[in-house]
Amino acid sequence: MNRFDMTRIFALDTEGDEAGRTALLAPSRRGFIKLAAGAGSGLVLGLAPLPRSIGGGEAAAGKEAAAGSLAPNPFLIVAPDNTVTVIIKHLDKGQGAATGLASLVAEELDAEWASIKTEFAPADSARYKNLEFGVQGVGGSNGMSNSFEQYRQAGATARAMLVAAAAKAWSVPPGEITVKAGKLAHASGKAGSFGEFAARASAEAVPGTVKLKDPKDFVLIGKSTPRVDSRAKTMGTALFTIDQMMDGMLVAVIARPPMFGATVKSFDDSLAMKVPGVVKVLAVPQGVAVLAKSTWPALKGRDALKVVWDDSKAEKRGTAEIVAEYKAMLDKPGLEVRKDGDAEAALKSAVKVIAVDFEFPYLAHAPMEPMNAVVRFDGAKVEIWTGSQLQTIDQSVAAAVLGIKPENVTINTLWAGGSFGRRGTPDGHYVAEACAIAKAYGQPVPIKTIWTREDDIKGGYYRPIYLHRIEAGLDAKGAIVAWRHRIVGQSIMSGTPFAAAMKGGIDPTSVEGANTLPYTIPNMRVELATMKIGVPVLWWRSVGSTHTAHSTEHMLDIIARETSRDPLELRLSMLSKHPRHAAALKLATEAAGWGKPMPAGRFLGLAVHESFKSFVAQVAEVEAKPDGGFKVTRVVCAVDCGLAVNPDVVKAQIEGGIGYGLGAALKSVITMKGGVVEQANFDTYDVLRMSEMPRVEVLIVPSDQPPTGVGEPGVPPILPAVANAMLAASGVRTVALPMTRQSYRRA
Amino acid sequence: MPISFTVNGAKRTVDVDPETPLLWVLRDDLKLTGTKFGCGAALCGACNVHLDGEAVRSCQIQLQDAAGRDVTTIEGVTGNVAKAVQDAWIKLDVVQCGYCQTGQVMAAIGLLTQIAKPSDDDIDKAMDGNLCRCNTYHRIRLAIHEAAKTLPG
Repeated sequence: MNRFDMTRIFALDTEGDEAGRTALLAPSRRGFIKLAAGAGSGLVLGLAPLPRSIGGGEAAAGKEAAAGSLAPNPFLIVAPDNTVTVIIKHLDKGQGAATGLASLVAEELDAEWASIKTEFAPADSARYKNLEFGVQGVGGSNGMSNSFEQYRQAGATARAMLVAAAAKAWSVPPGEITVKAGKLAHASGKAGSFGEFAARASAEAVPGTVKLKDPKDFVLIGKSTPRVDSRAKTMGTALFTIDQMMDGMLVAVIARPPMFGATVKSFDDSLAMKVPGVVKVLAVPQGVAVLAKSTWPALKGRDALKVVWDDSKAEKRGTAEIVAEYKAMLDKPGLEVRKDGDAEAALKSAVKVIAVDFEFPYLAHAPMEPMNAVVRFDGAKVEIWTGSQLQTIDQSVAAAVLGIKPENVTINTLWAGGSFGRRGTPDGHYVAEACAIAKAYGQPVPIKTIWTREDDIKGGYYRPIYLHRIEAGLDAKGAIVAWRHRIVGQSIMSGTPFAAAMKGGIDPTSVEGANTLPYTIPNMRVELATMKIGVPVLWWRSVGSTHTAHSTEHMLDIIARETSRDPLELRLSMLSKHPRHAAALKLATEAAGWGKPMPAGRFLGLAVHESFKSFVAQVAEVEAKPDGGFKVTRVVCAVDCGLAVNPDVVKAQIEGGIGYGLGAALKSVITMKGGVVEQANFDTYDVLRMSEMPRVEVLIVPSDQPPTGVGEPGVPPILPAVANAMLAASGVRTVALPMTRQSYRRA
Repeated sequence: MPISFTVNGAKRTVDVDPETPLLWVLRDDLKLTGTKFGCGAALCGACNVHLDGEAVRSCQIQLQDAAGRDVTTIEGVTGNVAKAVQDAWIKLDVVQCGYCQTGQVMAAIGLLTQIAKPSDDDIDKAMDGNLCRCNTYHRIRLAIHEAAKTLPG
């Protein structure tokens, strides 16, 4: 997911086409998600609000507040039993949204942490929109940053009302009342709990403005508040979408085309229907669905299906052909993304030019819980249970598929077994297909549509293939005077509602990190060529920075090596305008012992990269053998993410990001032959395992800046940091990923 | 034909296709959803349960092969090793998305039952088949050491 202002991108509209708007999605969704293409005024401002059909009343949230509760806004309920339920507007896919947002409310409310419960908000963008997106959803690591003020305000509002109620009851001035850990008290000895005053507080006027705490008074923010979900997830009681069990529920799986863009020509379900437990076989736009009373018969039924596919419109190229086409494009100028000075002239007059090409493969996200959704459709209204990441999109896509209004779509967001971008789909495709099955079946029973791992690995929505060429021109002293960076790849945003963020045909997700290179280089040009390939692609944890960080940061070490300079010194000499990059680098390198003698066979590599407004530097230590074998033994990481609301969650996200990126560095790759994906499960799509996980030390740069992203920014630097360590060890450049594609044998 | 086996100390009888993987019997028929589906091919460990006390992949055990045997799932796991592991998991906030963690916990209990004070190498060997896409491996390792500290031996 990216960090673009979706308030300027989305216009959700159920009234049909309007002048100046262009339907961008498939015809079946025409009229539901539109992009404003109006000239002059630019993009549509804001979202046509959805009617408030869910929850009832202005204040109560996902559930009706119990009698005697205080629910002054959509974000919390203080109950007579002293519990405080915080309504979490974002999906929690492991990043800690529930813990983080609850801690903001608890802080300003002065609630007792043990009394906090959390509940996911319904799909209702009027109340629960992401303040950066303008629609409900989370991505671009902005869950905390867009909620930081909003959830604190919510807590402070409730606190003020509780204090006002107590002040009246005790006949004392509100200013004399103290609140601590869920208890109200007055110097006179009067004291009471939140629960005792909840009902009376709800009769108080909701204050228009409230004063937020001075950060020096924080008792939870900046502390490592324990996660709210640790116990349930450790004991096995947390419920995910796949765990939904309802009376009369059917389980559906889809036989999917073997190539992207192929469709069903015909099918024979005679054997499938003989599998005990199989209830129905249905054609849907996505393939052939098998519905059964439970999962195993659905899977067996799918195996017994005979489907003839029409591949006349399918993407039949393999990844070798795609890469060859991209390579040819590297020789041609692309669209200009950034221009400082005159890179062309400076390259011509440079004393030395170093040119390096880089190749990045398709990558699957492979969250541990494959895609799934439960749908119950009664012909007029639908209820959906899923780990919805972009609720407003899922809601409007469901409405479009079912031919109903979005306000008749209820979405229950559940804990999700990972996402890494996979659940934030601009086309809402896995909700769409679950709805298509429910519509085709035509009976109001809950249907759980699940993907198998093979469906997931073969199912597209990959990190796109990219090729890069960086040409660096050096002057007589070895200083970098010219930098031309050409990128060739598929666009993630093109053809989706997010395309409104594209200016001049440039998808910002293809170039982010390259066009924002922080180093002082007088002549710089960044170019992009966008290719059309029939393989669905998607943001993959840290998006453009998954490739731009590697090409730029590895290139710097290649240059440092060619010019006999220290990689740290080279970077710091060009970072005078970017102190946060420099500070992160200094902190990480000092902690890692950069510049000190290393034991035999051990080498360090460093990298720094900004993504999602956070600055992350990493030093990777490798143990390298002469035969080319190596192991990443330790990673020291410094992160500047503004104020760290929950330092332990920040560290966890960075640790996880390092592992996620390291898997892509070392081994993960999706390839296609003749349009058919060659990987199917974790035996062929190899991901990081325990024995490959290095020791990780995360240092947080102290900061009083507003909080910024942590879910994604840990990923980008690890690829170049490891490559740089291996460059130091072997002299081999990592020009194609994953690193299994080349030998690091010492010459 | 109904097949009986013991689950978490209680005798259970189910009458479904005897080839049904234990995973789906536990989840769909017995509603024990703590055991997770991750790959269906013994490649990820999310479906780990204990069969006669040993950690196994429930996606690879057919119902008919579990007949008369003793199955323990995350819902029924007890004892000082289980408590030490789960306490350590909670203390260190190991979980992120949490989907794989019940399988991780079952594998860790299996390891600590066999080796009371495992080394990093022991942990690598025992846990390498348990995938975590959130990559909580670093904390899983710390939590296993933490649990080991609280156990005798």
